[in-house]
Amino acid sequence: MTGRRASGPTAGAEAGTEASPIILELTGVTRVHGEGERRVVALREADLEVRLGELVAVMGPSGSGKSTLLNLAGGLDTPSAGEVRLGRDLLSHLDAAGRAAIRRRRVGYVFQDLNLIPALTAAENVALPRELDGVGVREAREQARSALAEVGVVELADRFPEEMSGGQQQRVAIARALVGPRRLVLADEPTGALDSHTGEAVMRVLRQRIDAGAAGLLVTHDPRFAAWADRTVYLRDGVVVDADRDDRASDLLVGAGRGSGRDRRRGIGPGLDD
Amino acid sequence: MTVRHGLVALLAERPMGVYELRKEFDARTGGTWPLNIGQVYTTIQRLMRDGLVEHVPLEYSHEAGDAEPYRLTEAGYQEADGWWHQPVDRSVPGRDELVIKLALAAASPDVHVPTVVHAQRVESMRALRDYTRLKAREPEHVTTREGLAWSLVLDNLIFTAEAEVRWLDHVEATVARVGALPVPGVAEQGAAAPAPVGASDDSTWTGRGR
Ligand SMILES: Nc1ncnc2c1ncn2[C@@H]1O[C@H](COP(=O)(O)OP(=O)(O)OP(=O)(O)O)[C@@H](O)[C@H]1O
Ligand SMILES: [Mg+2]
Repeated sequence: MTGRRASGPTAGAEAGTEASPIILELTGVTRVHGEGERRVVALREADLEVRLGELVAVMGPSGSGKSTLLNLAGGLDTPSAGEVRLGRDLLSHLDAAGRAAIRRRRVGYVFQDLNLIPALTAAENVALPRELDGVGVREAREQARSALAEVGVVELADRFPEEMSGGQQQRVAIARALVGPRRLVLADEPTGALDSHTGEAVMRVLRQRIDAGAAGLLVTHDPRFAAWADRTVYLRDGVVVDADRDDRASDLLVGAGRGSGRDRRRGIGPGLDD
Repeated sequence: MTVRHGLVALLAERPMGVYELRKEFDARTGGTWPLNIGQVYTTIQRLMRDGLVEHVPLEYSHEAGDAEPYRLTEAGYQEADGWWHQPVDRSVPGRDELVIKLALAAASPDVHVPTVVHAQRVESMRALRDYTRLKAREPEHVTTREGLAWSLVLDNLIFTAEAEVRWLDHVEATVARVGALPVPGVAEQGAAAPAPVGASDDSTWTGRGR
């Protein structure tokens, strides 16, 4: 498997290479619920590494452990065995308060819906994690505005969630997930409630934010959304059955680049009959 | 889709030489199925033989820097018209290697279908991801005819790859639900079935074999 690893630059994923810092690392992570007859191994010995600039998709049937993986990665849940590392910090070495602080500062969540607090405007929603972290109100608001600008919805700053479309709310949620120093976004079916066109627009924003200097884990059932990630981890019954690493992409994309400038797209279709 | 119809459709707009035909075909299909000059030339020869294309008489073709331009005959124009208006025949399913492979795998006692599905899904997802990256490079809103043509071609590649991945999920789930089926001719003879390929190969599944 290692032999297939690309050495050349991978289009769209330059940052996710071995040189970039590891943002999230799971080593032999297992999560068991219940005991005896009711014992469920939700996740079994999962290894995963997500680097700066990388978006990793997590796919698998219902109940295969996707949300479990995400919750463990974000420190919302504690593994029964194995280690979770956020940046340089080993979560198991921290007490509950320490974990909560790391989570607040470094990790943002985006769910399928109910992401935003209804009584707060978009800007207030995005500013909230910064304020909770002790940043002054004015500075938090400024950071919120720039986070909203980065996902292209700064004009929604003063709207309440109920005054926004589902796609707009998800963009605000992405802004909040990556406000201030936060570098890791954990997204559980963020496009689940959206039509495919809107979902694609949200994926575009997520991808751009990650390319600009973040990392992400994306749970999705939809192969078309998973395709925005750099690679996909497949789960079945709590087991990572494969983690395909992207190697040949570079061949195809470079091979598709016989044209000049940004017109790099040739010969990617199947052969034609005469 | 055949090169033949594509060239006839292009010549219906105006006379062109082989180099221009190739350039236009590539431009309008986003360069997805690049043609080589030999292919264009051979196809034109066949179209001439069939009476659909002819040389532009010399006196009309001075300015063209390109080699001899070709134009459609009356029959050629009819062919172009007919092509636009007739639906592409879908009554005969295309011969898809993957479909044939999985059909044969499902019926074979010696092949572990999930292993086949799994390897294919990784590959199909990779293709889907590549197309998606190409799409991500394009502006969200197209502004040129060429851009429009390319974005539609790309969307088709994405839809097709997505359908394939979904179908693979479906195959895997169905095979798992159905479980082991009797193998005709084997049970009667009381022969012990050999272990399916890959079934006992745990490393294929856990990805820990690296
Ligand atoms: N708190 C819990 N107590 C007992 N079992 C649990 C608990 N949380 C999750 N599980 C079990 O762990 C397994 C994995 O659940 P998980 O929520 O991670 O699945 P999922 O892949 O996210 O599914 P879905 O696609 O339906 O969201 C399931 O069998 C689930 O029933
Ligand atoms: Mg879930």
